[in-house]
Amino acid sequence: MERVMRKFLVAAVVLLTLGVVRPVPAAAAAFVQKSPPDLSWSFDGPFGTYNQAALQRGFQVYKEVCASCHSMDYLHYGDLSALGYSKAEIKAIASGYTVTAGPNKEGKMYKRPARPSDAFVAPFPNEEAAAATFNGVAPPDLSLMAAARDGGPNYIYAILTGFNQKPPKGMFVPTGRYYNPYFPGGRIAMPPPLTANRVHYADGTKATLDQEARDVATFLMWASHPHLDQRHQLGVKVMIFLFILAIVFFFAKRRAWKDVEH
Amino acid sequence: MAVETNNKLVKWIEYRLPVFSFYRHFLVEYPAPKNLSYWWNFGSLAGFMLVVQIVTGIVLAMHYSPSATLAFSSVQGIMRDVNYGWLLRYIHATGASMFFMVVYIHLFRGLYYGSYKRPREILWFMGVIILLLMMATAFFGYTLPWGQMSFWGATVITSLFSAIPVVGHAITSWLWGGYAIGAPTLNRFYALHYLLPFVIVAAVALHLWALHQHGSNNPLGIDVKGPQDTLPFHPYYTVKDLFGITIFLIFFCYWIFFDPGALLNPDNSIMANALNTPPHIEPEWYFLPFYAILRSVPNKLIGVMLLGLSVCVLFLLPWLDTSPVRSGKFRPIFKQFFWIFVIDCVILGYIGHLPPIGPAKFYGRIAAIYYFLFFFVILPFVGWFERPKPMPESISQAVLDKKAKRAGTEKA
Ligand code: HEC
Ligand code: HEM
Repeated sequence: MERVMRKFLVAAVVLLTLGVVRPVPAAAAAFVQKSPPDLSWSFDGPFGTYNQAALQRGFQVYKEVCASCHSMDYLHYGDLSALGYSKAEIKAIASGYTVTAGPNKEGKMYKRPARPSDAFVAPFPNEEAAAATFNGVAPPDLSLMAAARDGGPNYIYAILTGFNQKPPKGMFVPTGRYYNPYFPGGRIAMPPPLTANRVHYADGTKATLDQEARDVATFLMWASHPHLDQRHQLGVKVMIFLFILAIVFFFAKRRAWKDVEH
Repeated sequence: MAVETNNKLVKWIEYRLPVFSFYRHFLVEYPAPKNLSYWWNFGSLAGFMLVVQIVTGIVLAMHYSPSATLAFSSVQGIMRDVNYGWLLRYIHATGASMFFMVVYIHLFRGLYYGSYKRPREILWFMGVIILLLMMATAFFGYTLPWGQMSFWGATVITSLFSAIPVVGHAITSWLWGGYAIGAPTLNRFYALHYLLPFVIVAAVALHLWALHQHGSNNPLGIDVKGPQDTLPFHPYYTVKDLFGITIFLIFFCYWIFFDPGALLNPDNSIMANALNTPPHIEPEWYFLPFYAILRSVPNKLIGVMLLGLSVCVLFLLPWLDTSPVRSGKFRPIFKQFFWIFVIDCVILGYIGHLPPIGPAKFYGRIAAIYYFLFFFVILPFVGWFERPKPMPESISQAVLDKKAKRAGTEKA
């Protein structure tokens, strides 16, 4: 009886796993979404941290390229101190933007230069205005982009470097859409934003397409996970503490149970 | 059992409200079987997780706004601006996963060792009630950050009630407080999410009360025959539980500090949008096996009924299992069906995660059939036909036998 049972068990497991692992047949369309490359980043792993130079370069790419279309509502100019900018530099960056404030004592709204405590100024007054500019698809807010897509920074990098490839035969790409094999459906409403030398890096780094994409992906990762450095550092300390505690309790338990037959 | 002390204050309190003898009775002297394995650590771990969820939840509630316009950004405020807010939220959000993992192991432990059998039926019922309350709490909690998956998960699950004939649609709009999930729904889910954990605390109190009536079951599943079979809870099990909690914390902290994203759905980082349905809606992993059962039935009403039955069948276990032997150790046939059942639940979970097409649908059905077969056919019949292995006289006898055997092999 037991032998029969064991055979039944093995057969059932093999059958079930075979069936489940078999890939689901792809839809008839020739387009297959590509998965992003698995790049290595300075913030990978338990000891990973952000590279401030990369963050500053990434912010420069965002500011000079992406910001004309994409908002970052959850960031404030003051948050940029985490990138290594000084108070004066942040003030200067903020004052380049204009915000509507008020009402003042006369009850009127007025314009003033942005301050470090202001949120990033959005390029469009509202989502409808943004959508109207891009055939009905508004550029999404980027504050949480690295958390809101599978693959995070790898996906962002892939989207930014995935343009200018030939669509599969028979795939129709209408005007206002661009073929990008990493985007679900393959037809994205974003025109290719980056090319080599799209920005001029102050630190002398060569602005290749690959470099710009990596830098801005790093910056967007930071925007989604601003406390990653602190989280990793605290995590390592907590782990060391817990390992020591576990050893202490292990021996305490051994001692308490020493004379017990169990 | 009286408390021996010369402390006047202790005596004064003890005479009026015997908290000190209660504490001694329950946590110090409480006799526990001496052969409990590490599988018995998961009860205290579950209690620990309940406390963690309540403490972090209350602090989160101080910074959270349950309004449809502010909920999402208030969670971002917690993550970005509140001191250690990211830590609180990651503990609470991954804590829900840890809580379920611990409770599921606790439950399978009970299943394997027959802990639901006489005289522990009510203890078991309280456990199932706790599980149901936890599911409701986690479901309500998951809507609170008001991301896309919060919104659409809540839409899918509450819409299930619309399958009920005649009154279905009335029930869903009553649950929603409107004609779709919206601001009123979020408000009431928040109120319930705050309330239910305290109902769970009450259910846990009854669970422990019932536990202390007859004491813990044990890996041999035989009754305690006398003091030689037991140990006082303190220090033996307090130190063992502390060791277990520390090991568990290492696992828990790995997710909190190094990979919190693995347990959070990326779609929930996008604010809820009623006009934009995500391509793939799926519940948290701890609901996936039940979700797979639901989706394996073509008829919505029957699917919903089987979904309910898949959890509530646990209430019937004491009667469905006809074997007089508790522990799976002595039940050669049951043991194998049990492990198939464990694998079956994992497969159901995996299938709940796949789109319900092609082979996934087919194997989902087979796995769902086995799930119910296990409870309604295998458990009753195996109990009748199986010949259990010989069992030891008592716990202490088993310990001596084991020692003798070990000494024997060492000599050989
Ligand atoms: C000319 C305007 C424009 C510029 C400049 C631009 N984008 Fe976009 N972006 C869009 C639009 C429009 C979409 C929406 C695409 C869609 O959904 O089809 C988009 C979408 C995206 C997405 C989301 C893709 C997805 O999975 O939904 C990312 C990531 C992105 N942009 C990153 C960037 C970065 C980084 C930059 C700067 C290097 C940038 N964009 C510059 C217009 C722009
Ligand atoms: C049984 C215990 C509990 C469980 C299983 C639980 C589960 C959850 C879950 C799954 C979430 C969503 C987390 C996310 O994805 O962000 C959540 C959010 C939340 N919970 Fe709980 N919870 C429990 C107890 C409590 C208690 C007692 C409170 C308050 C008193 C509370 C307050 C909150 C708040 C304010 C949120 C929204 C903030 C956020 O999303 O992080 N929870 N809960």
